[in-house]
Parts: sequence; C-alpha cells; structure tokens
Amino acid sequence: MMDSLDLTTFNRLKESNPDVNTCIACGSCTATCTAGNFTEMSFRRLLLMLQRGKEDEAKKMIQRCMLCGKCTLVCPRGINIRKILLDITR
Amino acid sequence: MNPQIFHPFVLPFVVGMAFVLTYCVVGLVRVIWQLPKADRKKFWRSLVTPKTAWANIRDLIGDCLFHVKIWKRNPLLGYMHTAIAFGWFMIIVIGHVMLFALKPLQGVELEGIQGMLPNFYYPIFYKFFATETPIFAFLMDFFLLMIISGILIAVVKKLHSKIVGVKRVTKFGFADNMIRFALWTIFPFRLLAEKTGLMAFWWIYSIDLCIFMFMLPFTRYMHIPTEALFILLRHAGIKATEPRKGYALAELYSCPSCGLCIDACPMSVNDKMSGNTSAYFMKKLRNKDSEEAKRIAETCLMCGKCVRVCPVSIESCDIKFSQRAATPYYINSDHSYLDKVEAPKPAKTLYFAGCMTQLTPKIMRAMKQIMEAAGEEYQFMDENGGVCCGRPMLLSGKTAEAQAMIAKNTELIRQSGATRLVLSCPICYKVFKEEYHLDGIEILHHTQFIDALVKQGKLKVGKSGVNYVYHDPCELGRAFGVYDEPRAVLESVGNLKKAKSEKELSICCGGSLGSFTLTQKERDEITENSVADLMFNHPDEIVTACPLCLKTFARKSPVEVKDIAEVVAAQLG
Repeated sequence: MMDSLDLTTFNRLKESNPDVNTCIACGSCTATCTAGNFTEMSFRRLLLMLQRGKEDEAKKMIQRCMLCGKCTLVCPRGINIRKILLDITR
Repeated sequence: MNPQIFHPFVLPFVVGMAFVLTYCVVGLVRVIWQLPKADRKKFWRSLVTPKTAWANIRDLIGDCLFHVKIWKRNPLLGYMHTAIAFGWFMIIVIGHVMLFALKPLQGVELEGIQGMLPNFYYPIFYKFFATETPIFAFLMDFFLLMIISGILIAVVKKLHSKIVGVKRVTKFGFADNMIRFALWTIFPFRLLAEKTGLMAFWWIYSIDLCIFMFMLPFTRYMHIPTEALFILLRHAGIKATEPRKGYALAELYSCPSCGLCIDACPMSVNDKMSGNTSAYFMKKLRNKDSEEAKRIAETCLMCGKCVRVCPVSIESCDIKFSQRAATPYYINSDHSYLDKVEAPKPAKTLYFAGCMTQLTPKIMRAMKQIMEAAGEEYQFMDENGGVCCGRPMLLSGKTAEAQAMIAKNTELIRQSGATRLVLSCPICYKVFKEEYHLDGIEILHHTQFIDALVKQGKLKVGKSGVNYVYHDPCELGRAFGVYDEPRAVLESVGNLKKAKSEKELSICCGGSLGSFTLTQKERDEITENSVADLMFNHPDEIVTACPLCLKTFARKSPVEVKDIAEVVAAQLG
C-alpha cells in the first residue's frame, strides 16, 4: 500500500527544505493561521497530506494561504513554512 | 596630411569613441522602445515640463558632475569620485575651448585638409598639436593632477578600504578589474606624454583610452552615460515593471557597483550573506545570471536601506519585486472565503490590528486602554480575525491575489463609514497608504495617532525615569518618514537615548516578511547586529512600533523590548 503512494512533491520538498523533517506537528502554525480563521487551511494537515501522497488535496488547500507568515514566526522548530508553501506552488 | 594637425596616434581613441557612441545610441533607442506606451508619453512630456526639466538640469549637474549624494555619505569618497569624473570632464571641456580659442592664435591651417575630409576633421588632443597659453597650461595641469589625486585615493581604497571608511567593497570579475586598471593608467600616461613629449606615451595613452571605450558597455563603467538617461526617466515618474526591460534596464546599467549598499545592508553581517546585497543583484541581473538574481531577489529583506543610500537613487527593491513577479506560481489563490468575513460596526474611527498584532495581543490591549483613556469612540475591525492587508502577497509578487484582499478590506472599511483608520502594524500601514484607495479616510499608524492624542491633550501621560531607545521599523521610517512622532511620544513618557544608526539608516530587525529564504540562524545573526546597534548608548528598554520587530528583537535583546503603545499605556495618568 505504502509503495504505491506518489511522494514526488514531498520528496522534492524534503530536498529543497530539509527542515520539514524537523516538524513536531505541534499545530502552532494552524492555531495562528490568518486563513485558518475562515477556512480549513492548516499547514500541519497539509504536510500530512503530502506525506500520504494526497497531492491534489494539499494543492487545493494551499489556495487559501495569504502568505502572511505568522506560521513561520511561531514555529518552535524555526521551519520556514512560508518558503515551503511557496516552493510547493512553483 | 598636415602633420601639424593630424597624427595617427589618435586613431585608437577615435575608433573606441565611435564604438561607445554607437552602443549608447542603440541602447538609448532600446530602453525608450521597451517602455510601456504610457510611460513613454510621460517621459516625453517630462522633458518639456518646467518642473521636471529643472529637476533634470539640477540632478544632471549635481549627480553626474559633482556627485553630491556621495559627498553627503562619505566626503572622502565624494572627493575621489568628483576628482576623477569632474576632472576628466574639465579636461575634455578645456580641450575643446582651447581648440576654439587658440585656433586663430596658432594659425593652424585647417584648410589644408578640407579636400580630404570635408567637414569631418576635428583635432582632438589639441595639446599635442599646439603650444598653449599659460592659463590653459595651468588649467590642464591642475585638472590632470586632480584626477591623479582621485586615483590615488581609489588605489588606497582598493588596498585598504577601511582607511576611506568602507568596510566591504564590491568583489569584481575579470572585466571590471581590467577596465579599472585601464582607467587608472590613462591619466598618468597623459601626464607622462605631455611632460616628456615622447611619442610612445601618446600612443599608449590613446590605446589605453581605446581599451576603456571598448570595455565600457560590458562593465560597470557603463553607468557614466546611462546615469544621465536614468535621471531623466526617474524624474518622469516611471517605475520598473519588468526585471530586465525599459526603465529597469536603464537602472541596471546605471548601477556603478560602488558597493555603498553593501555596508548599509542588514545582511552584511558576514561575508557569505553580504553576497545578497543589491550591488550583486544588479550585477547578476545585468549579466543575465537569472538563477542568482532570482535567489537574491527572494532572499532580500526589502528593508529599503540600499535604496536610501544609493548615490544613483536606484530603486532596486522595485526591480526585485518585478523579478519575484516574473517567477510563475502554478497554484492560484482561492478567495471564496472572503465572503464569510464580518463587516465592522459603523464608527468614525476604525482600528485594524492586522495579522502580526494579533500575534502580540499586548499591543492590542494597550491600544484599547489608550483609546478608552482618550475617550475615543472606535470599532475594532479585526478583533475576531480579519483579512490580511495584502502586503505579504504583494511581497511575493502575486499582485492580482493581493488585489482581491485589498478590495475586500476596502469594502469593509467603506461599509463602516469610518473617516479615520488606525493601524498598529507598519507592514499594513505601507500597503494601506500605497495600494488602497481610501480617499477621505485618514490613515494613521498608532505612533501618529498617540502623538496627536498627547498633543491635543486628550491623553494624559506621566513621565518615568526609564531610558528608551527607539527602533525605526523599515516600513514606517524609511518608507514614510515617520521619525518624529514616535520620538515625541517617548520623550513625553521617559528619556530617549540615541541608537548608533537611526532614522533612515536604521537597521532591519531581521524578521522582515520581505525575505522568503533566509534561515532562522541567518535571521538571528542580523537581529543580533541590529540589537547591538540599538544598545549603543545603554538604554534600559528597546521600544519599537512594529509587532514583527517586537517579536524578533525579543528573541535576542538583553533588555526588555516593548511596543510604543505598551509604554504609553503603562504611563497613563
């Protein structure tokens, strides 16, 4: 089952942003998210989607992001979340 | 041909000069051609509008000839550049004046060659052909020695830049180094040629000039002719919209790679990061190294300090914006959620905290206290969360997406019927001031708002003995010149100490949203440097007026960091 997952995006992301591996899934990013206030946007869940190969769902979620950068600011692991989001969309 | 008026040694120079002139004419046509139609119209109109025409003349003389802006930053460098550039200009001018003034005196028979080169003959390097009067001899020697004195300073700068007050200089490639060597040797050879009269030196002089002319379009010295055009375009009010076209192209070629922006850049805390400065960005973009240009554009903090110190007034941040916008995104934003946002209740004064202030609730609490103490009737626009102001989206080059949010916020503000909008975040302030069309609504940052309340006597504050230092947030200070209001407020509640670099030279906190790619470690280094600068006069507390600066400094400051609103709220009488 796991072998059939399409992890292209996540693997590409891991290469350009090795930081993603240090995520502790604490949810601080989600709690502070400006878009999360009105929508289902959640970076923590987005990362999970990519790890599960649900690329389409993840890309749909990113459309909600306002790029305000609060998630990056509060991340206890210092992960540059905004850059990761931009990297996925390019 | 008459040996008195022609010698083949002038040929290398003539060929070089012809090449440069041709290149400049082609470049000029290209830049103007690439301008959007509306901008081109603006440009032609600006040339005949008295106000811009006068500004053109003033800056062409002040910037191109006397380099006033360099004198203001560093007098020694100002002298260095003026000595070389103005000195050279004067030698050319005096050479021509001499030609006209002395022609009849010397009795040179120009008619002798008219049959061969009708109307085209022009004796350059006239000094070689004619003995001049003492006054011209003195003037020529004076300016030649002035140039050489400038070159001596340039050599010292190359060997030990710190002697002339420069910490980091631009690192040049082969072509830039070679043309610099050519430039430095031109004038000593001219002096030798004049004083010894040896033909060999005249030849070397002319060939040296030829090398300089042929390399000029491909090196930083292209700024000499381009800056004149750039000044005209700048005064026409044109802005860069594409990274390598039209106005931006003129800017790229006007950049002299002088490196004044390197020492100014907050990223220049170490050698590696100093490679992210505007001088290198411009160079990479000009040389079509688009990967590097893109990398630097996305690393930049967009604090705008390089623009402020630039002696050519190049708006490098605008070019970086256009570079960011040129990178495509494969996912577009979905704005359907915007409809769910609640409109604020009607009020004369509307307070918009913004995303970053939502993360620093103590600023919101302080603002509430202040408004209540001043008896101000207001509505809190985004107490339960709001739409982002749009600046972060703009910073990433997504203009259309930003416009959707700007439109929604504009609609909400208009619905409330407010006549005044108070903001706590300078990031919001910049975009509200520049991109929103809120005619009839006064837009204030809370520093301005509090200052006005204190001055009107609506807010009574007590004075404490605390020594504060104020950090100018980039988007409030450099962008809008809001320097006096926060300082006036702090002086009314305590003692104000000076930072080492203040106002337009203030150093970015390192937290700027402008950068996408800086790592936390790199940001920390920038913050440490900025904090050290603020701690110069040993203040008891660091005060700022930006929630992002506040959060960033708090990580690294040895003393407490507060927002100006908090400080005032604590001193309410």
